[in-house]
Amino acid sequence: MDFTILIQFLPLILIGLKYTILLLVLSVFFGMILAIPIGLVQVTGPKPLAWLAASFCMVIRGTPLLIQLYILYYGLGSLFPQIPWIRHSFMWPVLREGFFYATLAFTLSFAGYEGAVMKGAFASVPKGELEAARAFGMSPFTVLRRIWFPRAFRIVLPTLGGETIQQLKETPIAALVTVVELYGAAGQIFRTTYDFFPPMIMVAVIYFALTFIITRIFNYVERQVPQR
Amino acid sequence: MGWTDLLAWNPPGWGSPIFRGVITTLQISFCAYALGLLIGLLGARGKLSGGKLTKRLLEGYTTIVRSVPELLLIVILFYTGTQGFNSLLAAFGLGPVRINGFVAAVAVLGVVQGAYSTEVLRGAIKAIPVGQIEAARAYGMSPFLMFRRITLPAMLPYAIPGLSNLWLTATKGSALISVVGYVELTKITQQAAGGTKWYFTFYTTAAVLYLVISLISLQGFGMLDRYVRRGQPKVG
Repeated sequence: MDFTILIQFLPLILIGLKYTILLLVLSVFFGMILAIPIGLVQVTGPKPLAWLAASFCMVIRGTPLLIQLYILYYGLGSLFPQIPWIRHSFMWPVLREGFFYATLAFTLSFAGYEGAVMKGAFASVPKGELEAARAFGMSPFTVLRRIWFPRAFRIVLPTLGGETIQQLKETPIAALVTVVELYGAAGQIFRTTYDFFPPMIMVAVIYFALTFIITRIFNYVERQVPQR
Repeated sequence: MGWTDLLAWNPPGWGSPIFRGVITTLQISFCAYALGLLIGLLGARGKLSGGKLTKRLLEGYTTIVRSVPELLLIVILFYTGTQGFNSLLAAFGLGPVRINGFVAAVAVLGVVQGAYSTEVLRGAIKAIPVGQIEAARAYGMSPFLMFRRITLPAMLPYAIPGLSNLWLTATKGSALISVVGYVELTKITQQAAGGTKWYFTFYTTAAVLYLVISLISLQGFGMLDRYVRRGQPKVG
């Protein structure tokens, strides 16, 4: 086990780190944005939309992320090239990359898990506060923007850090669809040097460190939210 | 060819191999889950009443396993396990053997599950009111009898939700075993999809099968939950 050989691969490792962080940030951000309507319609209705949102959460949470990723990458990925206007559109360079499908799959996955959490959070905001907001003459959207969402978000905030770490731990799967994130980079180093442990243990340590950093970030954010 | 032909039981349909894949996935998940529970019980016991060194070691085990991605752990453990076992054999002057893929898969997933089980069971045991344990001791129960009569039934209501999640993680996590080449549901689906180029059909089929496993499991754990809570006052 010779860890010094890793030094020459520093640029590759940094690229891997960049893609891991990019995958994580994009999927958590867009997943959270999707989770808001998914959670909300399950509380407010209308019934068909609520049913659709609940089914979406159930399918995402009941199947392996690996299978979801393969459906998108191989399924959609084999469908797109057959459609000429997609092939010739300016989006094609993006739609050709594994990174696009990984980001899409991780975003939908995060939306599914977090949608179920947001449903609970929206439902547990005290009714009286929403009634008071309505009594002030706020429109439904203003109620959502000023009262309902901020209150619900504060309820989920303590769990959001854990969910983000969970999501970080899913990102190595992206390497299976050609994305060179941390684990993909480790695999490349392994295939070049034929030495298994140095790259693998190094990325394990990096994941460990990232987990620690995410915990600190969320602790900091939580402290910024005024408590009663 | 339509999807009914692709999923037909007999070749060239893939029905029968996919069915065997489902059975293998269930077997791996079940054995890994059981191994994880065993490790979890011992781990929880060690964390609650072990010596300082035991506690340190277990803390290290659960922290590391829970903060390193499962895929990475599976690959590292698989590689370490097979390499380590063969160098052990070499030390005794024996030639390398092919490690049974099933045993390796179960061992690797079980070690990962064990860390999560340890935390779930530790929390559940800690939630039992101290008085109940003290009363059992006062009756002069042996540790084993106390575990069977008091600790186990008293902790289950607290443990079932976590254990239910862990089982679902085990079934879904077993898909990652396909990466080290063992043929279970995901791997056979990959082979079917790659061979026929009907990617959507096969991956969606696999997704539906995993979903069915999850839904049936949830029903089962719901029944189990109601059973272990019998005699408790209804909440809400």
